[in-house]
Amino acid sequence: MTFFLQLIVTGLAQGMVYALIAIGFVIILKCSEVFNIAQGHFVLIGGYLGWTFLVPLGLPIWAALLAAIAVAIIMGLLIERLMLRPLVGQPVLAVVMMTIALSTVLGGLATLLWGAEYKAYHGLLPTLTMKVGAISIPSESLIGLIVSVICVAILMFIFRYTKIGLAMRATAEDLQVVQSIGIKATTVYAVSWVIACVVGVIGGILLGGVSGANMDLSNIGLKAFAVVLLGGVNSIGGAIVAGIILGMLENVAAGYLDPILPGGGLAQVFPFFVMIIVLVFRPHGLFGLARIERV
Amino acid sequence: MGLRTGTFHENYAEDMATVQSRLQWGTLAALLAFLCACPLFSSDRMLTILTTMGIAVISVHGLSILTGYCGQISIGHSGFMAVGGYTSAVLCAKLGWPFWAALPCAALAAGIAGLIFGLPSLKIKGFYLIMATIAAQFIIIWIIIQLRSITGGTDGLLVPRPMIGSILLSSKTNFYYLVLGFVVLATITAHNIVRTRAGRAFIAIRDNDLAAEVMGVSLWTYKLQAFFIGCVYAGLAGSLLVHYVSFASIEQFPFMDSVWYLGMLIVGGMGSTAGAIFGVVALKLLDELVTIAGPILAAAVAPQAAASLAIMSHGLVIIIFLIFEPRGLHHRWEMIKAYFRLWPFSHEVSE
Repeated sequence: MTFFLQLIVTGLAQGMVYALIAIGFVIILKCSEVFNIAQGHFVLIGGYLGWTFLVPLGLPIWAALLAAIAVAIIMGLLIERLMLRPLVGQPVLAVVMMTIALSTVLGGLATLLWGAEYKAYHGLLPTLTMKVGAISIPSESLIGLIVSVICVAILMFIFRYTKIGLAMRATAEDLQVVQSIGIKATTVYAVSWVIACVVGVIGGILLGGVSGANMDLSNIGLKAFAVVLLGGVNSIGGAIVAGIILGMLENVAAGYLDPILPGGGLAQVFPFFVMIIVLVFRPHGLFGLARIERV
Repeated sequence: MGLRTGTFHENYAEDMATVQSRLQWGTLAALLAFLCACPLFSSDRMLTILTTMGIAVISVHGLSILTGYCGQISIGHSGFMAVGGYTSAVLCAKLGWPFWAALPCAALAAGIAGLIFGLPSLKIKGFYLIMATIAAQFIIIWIIIQLRSITGGTDGLLVPRPMIGSILLSSKTNFYYLVLGFVVLATITAHNIVRTRAGRAFIAIRDNDLAAEVMGVSLWTYKLQAFFIGCVYAGLAGSLLVHYVSFASIEQFPFMDSVWYLGMLIVGGMGSTAGAIFGVVALKLLDELVTIAGPILAAAVAPQAAASLAIMSHGLVIIIFLIFEPRGLHHRWEMIKAYFRLWPFSHEVSE
């Protein structure tokens, strides 16, 4: 029982980070109908940025976070202006290939700047352990959980109570209406990419703080897709719930099934099984809007 | 794009002919003769490049039918190649089947895998389908690793050199001719499949699936057919690849290959048989360029610059094509041909 609860708690913390990354994906999708395959690579860049600001530059944690966010904002603006804006109105495949290409360019940049090496910075994040009964919550997961909750709260606030948030929600609803009442769609697109980059980079720093920055960080993006599909691609709340569910499921499945299966590594493919099952039985996910097509 | 001067199409057969003029026949024959003569003057390295290009062309023809014509985007093509490759490897290495018998089985196995993972396409499209096919890629590779006793798991599997009749295909030249034969066959079939009833149904589904269904095109039948045909090509290519290297391992079928096959389609131009070939040649040549430029760059700039270039090169080229030439090399090629055909009245080439 303790083993089970331990898996659940670890899964919860991991799931919040998944949810955070998945939200970046959902925001871009809602506002500009772009499926951003490169979301995982924002995380990769974030992990390395965290290392750069914390270790060689030796900034305090809050300054490092702010600096990384500043870089993320510039990155988001550049990506939107240079790569995505020329493709407005192009078919899905062109846009998806563009974000895949973007992901390889980001991967290449990370290799160029950081040499694709493993960079550890565990000790630098503040520690904070909690024990509930027999279950210990590791410090990294706890911090991940707290930061993720704060980020999600800030995003919720922006969406609900600010003008740009309103514009973004309106754009998600109907692009033509939004343009006809004088909201600049390009601004909304730019803001959505900036938010996605910032969220990805924060996720990267969190994950980097747990396991160190390395090129495998980008794989988290694939898990975020499973989260997004499970939650429903156009639901932010869905992304959070699905993130937590998937994080827990993955840990429980890996904890119990890995000793039985010969090759192991179930945690890596688990999200894909979830993806296929969701796509076959409930393509719009748990909380997404069903697209109705009648002939 | 209009007809050549002197091409009149006086009867139905002429109108339907794939190769329509003497000039085209001549160019094709010259190209084939050149390809056949290649082993006489090219180095081992060149032959390796040409053979891998050929294998990729076969695979991309399949993807071209599935994605370029039927509009069902698949980023799992390399996974389906793995199904074909491993089927063929297991049949030859473990059961001692001859190569020529294992090859069709490999193609069929990949086709069936395509049918299974094509099932979600009946309910979903666009991005959702992309996700389903990405999942297919990872699940197929995972299953291959799990079936360690049959496939050798992560260790891979040694495949004996293929025999056809009494000829042992041991040299690069032998294999080059084998692959060349299959490339010609694949190109002819791919070019003609899209001219059949099924091919027209594929195009209808790509352009507007609702309209197609209203007109009586069965989405169920034709989407699955497209998946089957596309994956048969992939299985064929996978089997050839495995026999070419005499070794089957999961590293031969990486996820990024699936992505680049799609990239080749974009660079070459969607929805044309020639485009698939253009795309493969362009991106494979780029690979060679990177291999040559890598050491120079590493010496001149930084050691990791070469690795970075290898990762980025395809992505950068695809970005450039998507922004500046979204219809691919094939479209550019048609424009150039039209320019010469209509010269000096080139202003008529307007779309």
